[in-house]
Order: sequence, then C-alpha cells, then structure tokens
Amino acid sequence: MNNFFDKRKVELDVFKQTVRNRKIIATKINIPDGLFMKCEICNEMVLQEDVEKNLEVCPNCNNHFRISARLRLKMMCDGEKFTELFTTIQTVNPLKFPDYLEKIQKYQTETKELDAFVAARGAIDGIEVAIGALDSYFMMGSMGSAVGEKVTRLIEYATKHRLPLIIFSASGGARMQEGIFSLMQMAKTAAALKYHSGARLLYISVLTNPTTGGVAASFASLGDINIAESGALIGFAGQRVIKQTINQELPKDFQTAEFQLAKGFVDLILSRKDLKPTISKLLQFHCKGVK
Amino acid sequence: MMNQSKYDMKAWDRVLLARHNKRPTATELIDFIFPDFIELHGDRLYGDDAALICGIATLNGQPVTIIAQEKGDCVHERIKRNFGMPHPEGYRKANRFMKQAEKFKRPVIFIIDTPGAYPGVGAEERGQASAIAVSMTEMMSTKTPMISVVLSEGGSGGALAIGVSDRVYMFENAIYSILSPEGFASILYKDSSLASKAADDMKLTAQDLYQYKIIDHIIIEDEHGLHCNYSLSFDYLKKQLSEDFAILSKLDENTLLQTRYNKYRNMGEFNE
Repeated sequence: MNNFFDKRKVELDVFKQTVRNRKIIATKINIPDGLFMKCEICNEMVLQEDVEKNLEVCPNCNNHFRISARLRLKMMCDGEKFTELFTTIQTVNPLKFPDYLEKIQKYQTETKELDAFVAARGAIDGIEVAIGALDSYFMMGSMGSAVGEKVTRLIEYATKHRLPLIIFSASGGARMQEGIFSLMQMAKTAAALKYHSGARLLYISVLTNPTTGGVAASFASLGDINIAESGALIGFAGQRVIKQTINQELPKDFQTAEFQLAKGFVDLILSRKDLKPTISKLLQFHCKGVK
Repeated sequence: MMNQSKYDMKAWDRVLLARHNKRPTATELIDFIFPDFIELHGDRLYGDDAALICGIATLNGQPVTIIAQEKGDCVHERIKRNFGMPHPEGYRKANRFMKQAEKFKRPVIFIIDTPGAYPGVGAEERGQASAIAVSMTEMMSTKTPMISVVLSEGGSGGALAIGVSDRVYMFENAIYSILSPEGFASILYKDSSLASKAADDMKLTAQDLYQYKIIDHIIIEDEHGLHCNYSLSFDYLKKQLSEDFAILSKLDENTLLQTRYNKYRNMGEFNE
C-alpha cells in the first residue's frame, strides 16, 4: 500500500512538473481560422479577439501570454507610438561559431527584428521616457554584443537627455554563441546604469517571463524600482542545473514572481493591465520639481 | 620559460591544467606574494562565505586589500570552500571589503578562481542575480585602483562579479568563459561529452582573450603547468601588479573611473 502511495506521489510530481514547465514556455496554440485560440494553461478555447483586447492575457485564467518587444512598447506608449532608436545595430559572429549567423537569420525572418532588443523614445501619459524591451521570440531574448550595445546606448541616451528609463526584460540570459563577449555585456550594461543613477534619474526594471541568467544578474536587477509581471519566472541559475546540483526537488513556488517578492528582490507584482497606470503614477512621483 | 610546444596546446589541455588537482589555489598565491596577509571575515548582513577570502596585506610596503575566490586544496578544504562557488553573501562580503579599501585609498587585488556562482536554493533565495549585478555596478564606481587576476577558472557571472577592474590578468593556462565547457556542450551540442570541442569553440584561453582585448596581461607559467613551478609566475605577477598600481595610482579619481568605464563600454563586436 505504501508503495502505491509512493508511486502515486512520483507520478503526481512528474505531472505537476510538466504543468509547471509548460507554464514557463506558455504560449498560445493558434487555430488555423484565427478566430479561436487555446490557452495552454487552462486548456480553454478563447476568442482571439478577446485575448487581444485583454492585452494578450487569457480572459479565462489570467495567464499572461508571451508578447513581442514591439507589441510591448505599443502597449506602453501613448497612442501606441514611439520613436525607435539605434535601429542599425547588427549581430556579427565574433567567435566564428558554426551556424550562428544562419540561426540569427532564421530568427530575423521569423520575428522581423534584427536582434532581441527594441530601443525607443516614447511617452507614457505625456511623460517622455527612454524605453526598451527584450524579445523572447528572438533566440529566447538572449544578450549578445548587439543586444548589450543597444541596451547600453539606450541607458546612455536616457542619461544624456535626462529621461527616466524603463526596460522590459524577457530573456534566458547571456547568448552562448558569442561566449566571453556576451558575458562582458553584463558589465557594460551594469556600468552604464551607474551613470544614469548618478545623474539622479529613475530606472524602472520590469521583469517579465522569463528573466534569468546574465540578464537577471545585470541590468534587470538594478532598477530603482523592480516590477515583476504576473507569472514571470525570475532567477539566476536554471532550475535543471540547480536540481542536478542539489539532487532534490525544488520548493513549490521557486523563482516565481511571488518568490522574488517574498525574498525582497522585486518591489511589486503587477498584471499586464496594471503596468501602464502604475508606471505612469511612479513616473509622476519622480517628475515633480524636475523640468 | 616559453617554448614552441606550448603554442600547440589545445584549449582542452589548458582546461585540464587549469583544473589540475595540484594547481596552486588563491591561498598559496597569497602566502607567497603577501606573507603578512591578515584575513577578515563576514558580509555584516548574513554570514561569512568561505568560498571568498578577504583581507589586508602589503605590496612593496603599501597596504592593499585582497579579495580571492578559494577552491580548497584537499577534499576537506574543498567542501568547506564549496569548491570556490560563492553564495550571494560572498559577493556582498567582497563588496564590503572593496568599499573599505576605497575609504582608506588602498588598491584592491581580486583573485578569480571559481567554476561559477553557486546554483542552489539558498543562493537563489538570497538573491544571487542581484548580488552579482550590484557587485559589478559597485566595482564600476569604486574610487581606488583595482586589478583582477584569473588564477585558474573564471566561470561566468560568478567570476565577472569580481572581474570589473582597471586591469585584468590571466594566468597562461587559466580559462575564462561564459559557462563551463561541459555546460556549453550540453546546451549547444546536446551532449556534455563534447566538452573538449566546446572548449575549442568557446575561445576561453588566455591567448584568445588577450587577442580580443578582454584581458590585459598573461602571466606566464612553467611549461608543464603552474603546479610544477609557481615561484617564477608569482614573482612575475607581483612585479606586474606593482608596475600597474604605480601607473594607476597616479590617475585622478575621475580619470580612473572614466577609463575603467570606457574599457568595458568598448567590449562587444557588432556592425552598424
């Protein structure tokens, strides 16, 4: 009998694990006619139109679907308009890593972006901001030289023009194919933030699903205010690596937004619909007395 | 000390030398170059991370702060030192001693020797990502000359967290990379047994990184590896540290910080 329960427990764990893992890569399955879609978390068929109106959040279970960087900026900026910056920065293959550029091309075709970060100047309820977003559809939003350079230029742009800075992170971390150059982007972006901060300017970091590795361990953790979007996975090391290292199961809500809030590393958790109004308020708090 | 055969070494041969179980660790380096070292403990927030040794010593009569990752040189020590893998409190301890050095205008020497920051539950709970990020920004603004030395293994963010300095040296057979060759092989080739191929593709040797201008100096080793004769290498390191600190100490604070910023600002390869 004991044996039965043990076996059942293992099966349940496997099941839970599968469900949890699914959540990490939660995405929508499109039905060909484009009218309905299936939410991977609640398995309900929902109207595509309703999901769009609901800022790409499942109206049934509040699951936040992954969204592209460009859509993110549209959702945040007044009139869905922004002026894109540093649009010509392109990835090269510094280590001459086999098939790297082919892979980049494939993602460029799929996403119509040059790389995984979109930088812009826009306004949120009339307040001018430097704003950028990582695109998890582009090679898991990984940071190589091009992404690091664009993030750094956006930070420097914000410092130069005395603008508040908002960066939406969605990334698996540093990009392996550029090796040490990717690693150094962590130092580069973190360094640029020091000057932005030194100029007494506001930086709001929004950690969305997922924010891990070298991005979590650099600019994404360094906001004056760190906001986690609902459902975000946030952490340094990957769960598989940790499990292998400690050889035991991980706590239930490990590396969730709630976990990071409880441990003191994010200031608040917000649903997608609350992001713009709350960020707008925070911006206004920091605008008083500043021209 | 140099001979032709060394140039023919494969990256993987250097990985093996870097991880050789007789290779000197930070403690031996400190004993040799800084015999008057006094170790000081604790991050004043949570605990004392044994994977990181901090303290004060003199270099040619001038006080310096030393912050070193220590792997341990026997099984017992390795367990105590967590194989040189710091927890967040390790980086916060490093930061505390770096800021102390700034206050007293002491140069800082960082010895990097870690497979990486520890990937564990406690480390995540206490904010490994945040600790590393904060450490890097703090290094960028610390107004005292700083030199980082990769002794054996420079593993990813866990190494870079104490690697944002005015100068970065690497021992000849040390490695410095975004991930271990095994981890890299398992992610990109889906086969961790291809680690030796990964080591080649990753460009993680001192020679590669010198070419890429990621590091500033290579500290030469005995042709059979540092463990066969370290006194010459450590003497050379001491001389190099003294020379560079003499140059860096002459810079005013703003120039020092601006130069440090520019050094990292210019890293990365892209087109536009």
